[in-house]
Amino acid sequence: MEFKTFVFYLLATVMVFAALRVVTVRNPVHAALFLVLTFFNAAGIWLLLQAEFLAIVLVMVYVGAVMVLFLFVVMMLDINIDRLREGFWSYLPVGAVVGVIMLAEMVLVLSGPYFGLDAMPEPPAAQAGYSNTRELGRVLYTEYVYPFELASLVLLVAMVAAVALTLRKRTGSRHLDPAQQIAVKRADRIALVSMPAEKE
Amino acid sequence: MEALLEPIASLFGAAWPAVWTLAKIVAIIAPLMIAVAYLTYFERKIIGYMQVRIGPNRVGPLGLLQPIADGVKLLLKEVLVPSATSKGLFILGPILAIAPSLAAWAVVPFWDGGVLADVDAGLLFILAITSLEVYGVIIAGWASNSKYPFLGTMRAAAQMVSYELAMGFALICVLMISASLNLSEIVRVQGQGQFADMGLGFLSWNWLPLFPMFVVYLISGIAETNRAPFDVVEGESEIVAGHMVEYSGMTFALFFLAEYANMWLVSILTAILFLGGWLSPVGFLPDGFHWLAIKTSMVVLMFLWARATFPRFRYDHIMRLGWKVFLPVTLFWVLVVAVWIMSPLSIWN
Repeated sequence: MEFKTFVFYLLATVMVFAALRVVTVRNPVHAALFLVLTFFNAAGIWLLLQAEFLAIVLVMVYVGAVMVLFLFVVMMLDINIDRLREGFWSYLPVGAVVGVIMLAEMVLVLSGPYFGLDAMPEPPAAQAGYSNTRELGRVLYTEYVYPFELASLVLLVAMVAAVALTLRKRTGSRHLDPAQQIAVKRADRIALVSMPAEKE
Repeated sequence: MEALLEPIASLFGAAWPAVWTLAKIVAIIAPLMIAVAYLTYFERKIIGYMQVRIGPNRVGPLGLLQPIADGVKLLLKEVLVPSATSKGLFILGPILAIAPSLAAWAVVPFWDGGVLADVDAGLLFILAITSLEVYGVIIAGWASNSKYPFLGTMRAAAQMVSYELAMGFALICVLMISASLNLSEIVRVQGQGQFADMGLGFLSWNWLPLFPMFVVYLISGIAETNRAPFDVVEGESEIVAGHMVEYSGMTFALFFLAEYANMWLVSILTAILFLGGWLSPVGFLPDGFHWLAIKTSMVVLMFLWARATFPRFRYDHIMRLGWKVFLPVTLFWVLVVAVWIMSPLSIWN
């Protein structure tokens, strides 16, 4: 077996195992950490496909930022394991529908040869000096510039909406304004008064 | 070199590339560990001098064996695992703290061509690996199942994610003017330009055109490594030692090693990205690793200097600095640099 194949099977096995554990472990924090492991292995598989930009960005964005905030929230939950299984049967139909759709899509992808995906030409081998990042950037800002800008706009709207939905002005909260603190002069705080000396 | 290695290579046969890479890893990690150990000594000495004290001077001549004694003590101490902790994660925490701070050294170029893995996406790799550093702290704090570690974890998660943004934008400026993500290439680009041709290399390094980014990167670097004055994660007077409260012996030492290895990493990256890496500051002196060593040591000295000088920030001030000052400044400067590159005044062609 070629070394690359071995690495692929190693990454894939760990990834499938971790993904399974995400949905089977009881503790949400453990589940989130298994999700991190899944992302990490997915990045490894992308690296095998020579998509180093996507792989590293997956680690940077999902593992380095999104999952940190996820853990941040999950860790503060008051976990009651007995109550976690409540409502299992009422959620089952929705879950089953989602599962069947995903299964159907996966079957379509995996049965590519049957549907004639083989007819597609193989991608040409990368030349020397080929930079995945540079090529991706070129395509994003030329051919796909409108969809790309549109996606960024959607993200911006989502961001503003999230802030607008959760921002509440609490009444009665006290806070300091650093600019005001810095601008304080001696005369604002101290008043020198002259008075005659007093005897006991 | 190649001819000298030939007989050894034939000895190992097909396993030679793996053996050779392992040897190179050891050649990087072993000096790094010594540098980390002696950084603790220099920190105590230098802060001692700044505060008109003597610092450690009992173990060995001038106290030079102090780090060795500390290391031996930590190695021999019992590793306590409190019964209410989440056992596996409690041990995993310190491992995940030190692993990224060592892994990032794979792409650091020490001299022209002197790099373990000369990958094209080196800067991205550094960003991705350093963004993993927070996991050690988070997992340790949660697995400890105790109040102060958990508070430390919350602080660490928010602080490190916030300052990563400013740091990322500073790096985007660097990569825009270098037109490369390869760290060696970034250094080489700094050796070109008008000033470099005049023999005044230090004026063509990135720190001058990107001065605001240089300052932002340096300060964010201190915040990322949780060093004073940003050390609220382990603020002794508030939460004892943050995520490290429940740790002892070698598990504690791993957090400590990770912190100091990160200091070296941020310093060497500052030297590579903004201070010209291995390049000599003036034309008539040869380039070489010694320049990188000198520059890195200077930046580390800044870290210690800042620790001895400033009082600890209040937490809301840290957040304010990160989000309301650094983020707008860096975003604006990215725009300025982009316009600058496209304008006829561009100095990078």
